Order: sequence, then C-alpha cells, then structure tokens
Amino acid sequence: MTPLPRWADVVLLPLLNVVLAFLVGGLIVLAVGQNPLQAVGIMLYGAFGYGSGFGYTLYYTTDFIFAGLAVSLAFHAGLFNIGPEGQAYVGGLGVILIGLALNGMHWALVFPLMIICGALFGAAWAFVPGYLQAKRGSHVVITTIMFNFIAVSMMGYIISRILKPAGVNSDESAPLEAITRVPQLRGFIELFKNSPVNLTFFLAIGALFLVYWLIWHTKFGYAVRALGNNPVAANYAGISNQKLIMIVMALAGAFAAMVAVNNVGGVQGRLILNFVNGAGFVGIAVAFMGKGHPIGVGLSALLFGMLYQGGQELAFQMPGITREMIVTIQALVILFTGAMGDMLRGPLGRMFAQPDPAAGAK
Amino acid sequence: MTGLNPANEQRSPGTAASALAIELVGINKHFGPVHANRDIHLAIKRGTVHGIVGENGAGKSTLMSILYGFYTADSGTIMVDGVEHKITDSRHALALGIGMVHQHFMLVDNFTVLENVVLGAEDSALLRPTLNRARDHLKQLARDYGLEIDPDAVVENLSVGQQQRVEILKALYRGAETLILDEPTGVLTPAEADHLFRILGKLRAEGKTIILITHKLREIMAITDEVSVMRQGEMVATLATAQTSPEQLAELMVGRRVLLRVEKGAATPGAVLLEVENLVVTDDFGVPRVKSVNFQVRSGEIVGIAGVAGNGQSELLEAIAGMRDQQSGEVRVKGKALSLEGDDGAARARAAGLAHVPEDRLRMGLVTNFSAWENTILGYQDQYGAGPGLDIAKARASASEYMKKFDVRPANLDLKTSNFSGGNQQKLVLAREMERDPDVLIVGQPTRGVDIGAIEFIHNQIIKMRDAGKAILLVSVELDEIRSLSDRILVIFDGQIVGEADPATADETELGLRMTGSHKDHVVTEPGTLPEHETPIQQTLVQMSPKDNSGRDTN
Repeated sequence: MTPLPRWADVVLLPLLNVVLAFLVGGLIVLAVGQNPLQAVGIMLYGAFGYGSGFGYTLYYTTDFIFAGLAVSLAFHAGLFNIGPEGQAYVGGLGVILIGLALNGMHWALVFPLMIICGALFGAAWAFVPGYLQAKRGSHVVITTIMFNFIAVSMMGYIISRILKPAGVNSDESAPLEAITRVPQLRGFIELFKNSPVNLTFFLAIGALFLVYWLIWHTKFGYAVRALGNNPVAANYAGISNQKLIMIVMALAGAFAAMVAVNNVGGVQGRLILNFVNGAGFVGIAVAFMGKGHPIGVGLSALLFGMLYQGGQELAFQMPGITREMIVTIQALVILFTGAMGDMLRGPLGRMFAQPDPAAGAK
Repeated sequence: MTGLNPANEQRSPGTAASALAIELVGINKHFGPVHANRDIHLAIKRGTVHGIVGENGAGKSTLMSILYGFYTADSGTIMVDGVEHKITDSRHALALGIGMVHQHFMLVDNFTVLENVVLGAEDSALLRPTLNRARDHLKQLARDYGLEIDPDAVVENLSVGQQQRVEILKALYRGAETLILDEPTGVLTPAEADHLFRILGKLRAEGKTIILITHKLREIMAITDEVSVMRQGEMVATLATAQTSPEQLAELMVGRRVLLRVEKGAATPGAVLLEVENLVVTDDFGVPRVKSVNFQVRSGEIVGIAGVAGNGQSELLEAIAGMRDQQSGEVRVKGKALSLEGDDGAARARAAGLAHVPEDRLRMGLVTNFSAWENTILGYQDQYGAGPGLDIAKARASASEYMKKFDVRPANLDLKTSNFSGGNQQKLVLAREMERDPDVLIVGQPTRGVDIGAIEFIHNQIIKMRDAGKAILLVSVELDEIRSLSDRILVIFDGQIVGEADPATADETELGLRMTGSHKDHVVTEPGTLPEHETPIQQTLVQMSPKDNSGRDTN
C-alpha cells in the first residue's frame, strides 16, 4: 500500500477521526432527543468562548500535556508507561512536602523547588517499574498498572493518617500560604478571571520544546529511539538497554509529576485525596493521538482539555445530557483516534494513489 | 481427495515433455509510477524445473504473484495447459493446479502437520474423516516424492527445512501440478537445501512442473532445465541451463559484466591485532556454543571462518563484538584485553578499535525505521557533538560522504532505511563500519541477500580494507566466499576450531569433512565425482563445492 503524504498522515487523518467521533457522538445526542449542533455550540463556547472557560481549558490542557509527555517519552524507548496516574499522585507528595517545609516563603523560590522535588518523587516512583523491567524482565505495562493501585493506597494512608492536620474533616494536607503557591495567570491577565490556569502552563509549553529537543536533537534521544525501534540494534550500537530503560522511566515519572505542580502547587495549595482524577490516564490517549510527537501531544492535550471543560459546561447547560454522556463522547474520541486511528488510512491511501497511466512509461 | 481439483483430472500427466504447462503473454503491471512488469512473455514446459533469476526489485515476485492470483495484471493473458484463464485469486490458481511455497511460511505453528495440510481444504464439516483420508494421501505423497515427515508432529517443533516440506505437501495435497517456490533456500541450512533439491528432482521426475525463483546462480545451475532472467521489470532472456554459465547469467541480470571471482594480491600480514584466547560463550539458553576457541588475526590479512551455519559462528562474532558475555577466556585488540561484561560492551569494543558488520543487518545492524543518515552513525552517535546535543549537520555530512563513496542508491539521506534494497542497506552498514578506520573489522555474512552487482563491490571493499593494513575476521556460510576472500581459513565445528587451511591449496573434501566434524579416514570418494549424495557429509560437500557439481543435474 502506498504511504500517505506526510501532511495527510499528520493532519488530515487525525482531523477526520475527530470529526467522525463527533458525528457518532452527535448521533447519540440526537438519540436522547437533544440538538447535537446546539450541544457542540455550548461545548465550544464553554471551552473557548469566555475568559474563565478558556482558562479552565488551558488548566486541563496543562495536566494532559505532562501526562501525555510521560507516556510519549517512554513510548519512544518502546516502553508502554500506563503509570502517569500514580506517578503524578506520588509527585504530589514531593510538591507538598517542599511547599509545607518552606511555607510562607515567596513562590519565586518555592516554585522551582516544587518542580525539582515533585520530579524526584515521580521519578523515583517510575524508576521501580523501570528497574524491574530492565533487571528482572517484569513487563512495564503490568508493573506500572499495579503501581497506580499501590500509589492510591499508599497516598491515601499518607494523606489521611500523616498529612491531615488535627481538626480537619476532609482528607487533605495543611494548606500552603497564598504567597507560596504558584501564581495563577488571572493575577496578570484580566481575561482568565476565576480560572485556575497558572504558571505551570508555561512550564508545560516549555516541556513540549524540551522533549522535542531531547528526542530528536540529542545523543540521548537517538539512543532512546534506537532502543524503541530495535533493541537488538541498540545493543549492537553499545547502548546499554538496561540503563536506558531505567533512565527513561524515571524521566517519564518526572514529567508526570508536573501534573502535581499544576494542581497541588498552583490550584489547591494543598494535597487532596485522589487529586489526579484520571488525568494520568487521559495522557495515554493524548500520547497516542499525538503519535508521541510534542506538537501532536500539545494539540491533542488541547482537544481533551476542551472536551473536559466544554463537557462540564454542556452537562450543566443541557440537563438532558448527563455527565456519563460526556464521558461517552470523550471515549469516542479516544476510540476513533486511538484504537481505530488507522481505519481511514486504507481509503485515504487509495484516494491519494490514483493510478497514473502516463507515469508508467519512464 | 477427489473433487478438490477438477482441472486435475482432465490432465494426462507425463505427456510430451515439450507441452507448455504455463504460458504468460504480454503481461504488464504498474504500481503507481513503477512499471513492475513490462510486456513479459514466458513459456514454461511441463515436467521441467524453470528458474527465474533477477536482482531484488527486478519483478520476479510480482510476476509470480500475478500467476498465483495475488495481483491482477494490467494487461496480458495467462494460459494454463494451453487454455486462457483470468486468475482471480489464489484459490482459483490452486484449482488450476498452481501451488506456491512462500518465502515466509504460512503455517499454524501449534497445529500438527496433518492439520496444517488440510486447513482450508476440509471436505466435510467433521474433521475426522478428512484427517483420515489426508493421512493416507500424505503417506502416498511422502512415498512418491521423498517428503517423509511425521503427520502428527506439531509444526513449531519442526526444523525450517521440514516446515518447508509441509508447505510443499500442502500444495501437492491440493493437487498442484505446477509449484512456484519463492527463494526457497534463503532460510535453509546447506544440508536442508540439498534435501530440497532432491525433492524437486523427484517431483520433476513425476511430471510436476517447478518454477524456482532465486538469485543464487549456483542453485539455478544445479537444478533447473531452463532459466529466465529478469531485469528492471523486463524479461531479458530465457536460456537452456546447460547452454549457459553463471557468468553469462550474472551479466544478463546486472546488465554489465560481473566478476564472480575476486581478484586480490598476496597478503602481507603484520602485527597481531586481534587475539582470541580460550573463549567460551553460551547462547541465550546457557548452552555453550563457543568452546574454548583460540586464534589470532594479523594486520593485512583476512581470516575466514568456515562452517555449517549454527556451529557457534554467530555467538563467536557477537562475543568478540561485545554483544554477548564471555563465560571465560579473553579477547584482545592490539594486545589489550576487552572488558565485555554488561550490556554496553559493544561500545567498549568499538572504542578499542573494533568494527562489526553483523550477520543479520535487519535484526541487528540497522534500525530500519531510521532514515539513512541516522543509521550511518549507529554505534558512533557519541562522536557527534560535544555536549548532550547531537550534531546533526555533522552526521548528515558524513552520511552523505559515505553514501557517495559506497554508491548507496538512492542517495537520499532522509529515506527510511527499510525502503532501501538489501544490497544498499548492506552498503550503509559497511560504509558505517569501514569508514571509521577501525584496526579490526569483523564481518558476518557480508553478502547475504545482496544483489550480484553489489557483491562484487562489497568483496572489493573488504580486500581494500585488508590492503590498508586492517585485521579482518570473516564469517560466512558461503564456502565460495570464504575461499575467495580469505588468506587463511579456520574451520569451526560444534563451537571449536577444528582445523586451519590455506585457501589456495585447501582441498574441498577435506574442508567439508572438517566442517561436518568427520575425519580424513572416512573419505570414500574422490572430490567432484560424487554421482549421488547419500550421506549427510556428501550432501554438505555438494553444497560447499557447487562448481564441481553444477553440471550434474543439467545433463
């Protein structure tokens, strides 16, 4: 089969898949007796139409970029990291510990330390599955899934038994003082009033560039891609597979942990039970839809950010459409862009490869 | 087995040998802008072995896929037994008595031989009666054609050669009168290949027609009656095998004169650059494959390791290159011992001045998803750029230089490596390893799956390295290659070096016997005069010295 032109592969195919997902989603909306066009309108308005909504969209996008990068990076090394959920959760511990230790200090000092400390905790959490894969051959898919569960139990214990101050009813840590928190953009930009988007958003944009540089412009990235494409050839090239697997997993965990900087440091100002709330899992879909490329990850993170924010708006505005239906539409996007992402490749390929009889006689 | 093949019953096998089994007239096939088959005419006589040779991409496989119904020709007709047919799919082809044995087997690994054979040809909803009938039929076929195989053996437990026999049985069971074999010996050991040729001989004797696609000229010379040569989508010649020579065929294939013999001057060995001492290496399952091997390679000489595949050559190469832990012993480059522990030993071996052209370029030597320039720095990536960054401009510059020097086509730095032909992929690997000016070069199967034109080039490059004072260790299963390139031959058998020979004076019988672990005393016949090869040793001999036997089957 003739390969698609690059632009069709990168732009057209994902776009068609999203459109298809929305068409099927529209049919479902229609089936429950609601107007799909109106629903799309509300969704788009909710996500982009006004400042606060747009701010929320960018806030969710921030989470999804980090989680998506955590999956993408590992994927370039041939590792399927299912664990950003747990890695972000444990990263939150690092963020809150440094935050509480320096509580009251100015954010300009604390913010970089939160990044470092959170990254260390996330990296340590992801390192263990990496180690088990490299040295013991335990498949990283299995171990990262299990580590998500372990993280939930462990963090539940830590938050409710250790970090929870006396006299507080909900399961959460003590709060950070306002000056210590990562500043939200509404402080500088009028547009984002009431929305939680904060400086971490720029960190996410920076992370996209960093990962691009890392994967395609460094020796490390070259080794990672060699390992991911052909481990035997990597071994032939003198690249230590074991070492690289552990490093890449730790790095992925560090990226996942930035979700915690966004949430714990930038919005809640405290460590709340189950604050990750599925963002880590969305990262898997984001990474696949973005084909592991930072540009793709950025765009698909924005799409999912829009679905999240616009979806909540929709559930609020159109009572006929429940929260579950929003999840269904999100699932359709994942289904069409991820699992069935290549469904249209064949027909598109035939469209682009029209036989040209004149070209035969060369 | 009745009812499966109506066309079969009307045929009277063994009629005039000159009758045409298959005739292709004016076949054309385009793939987009590529004209893969250009007005092909081909007549295949019944009861003959007809070879089709050509370089990779010459259009052999396309033509056979058209005959077998995978593709439909843009124009042209197919005549089977003198009757025109529009073959629509492989089921149709089978009904016309055309069967195909693919290069990559299409077998269900955890089914038995019997189950694989009847798969898709069951004649009732209940399996038992089919299996019982098939068992008898299989016995018959095995008797007739020497295709002995246990019908109840599970396919995954069979050797590659036996699996190929199952494929042939499948085709015969379905009533194939014409068998297409696509590069059948690519995956076989020499002994298995020889067995296959004997089976083909029996099939021919029973009146079957065989189309053999290959690019190994010695197979053509050994077994075919007629041979057709394809080049760039065109059929350039059809010749009687007895009236042609490998040199003529090579010239037709490539379109220019090709030197099949390597021309080189005498070696001037200097200092010892590579030393292997008491090396013991195990395979992935902990089984010792290299058992206390000792040898030296001097600067300015090529040492060839001759042996039947699977006697420890691969493990030896990988251990020296730092890819496999050594159990005991030592590898020294320029007198310094390599520490090869850990899974990045290959980097240390390279740093010590050793370059490695691996036996299997696709599995090991290349990342096929990488573009060409990326593969030209594989293993040397740390030399590009001072800090963590990769100096892409420098890498591309050197890649472009290598590709020009080694005439890699197309000269496109950004083309994905999997889109290059085998010969050009191999040139990429060779350029990468040779152009880094190593002191020691170890080369495994330098010309496996490589076009005949590229073979000449590759051999010359290896000689050039030798003349530049490098120490070269060569491993190849092609004894011809070992003999023509090496200055010294070491014979490996069961992980041990069992002898050394001078290629100029080496006696082929002696070499062959050593390679099969036999002693001199057991020689029963003079070399080159074997009328039949009844013992495994003799089979190996025939495989190893095809020139002496090339005339045998063509008379």
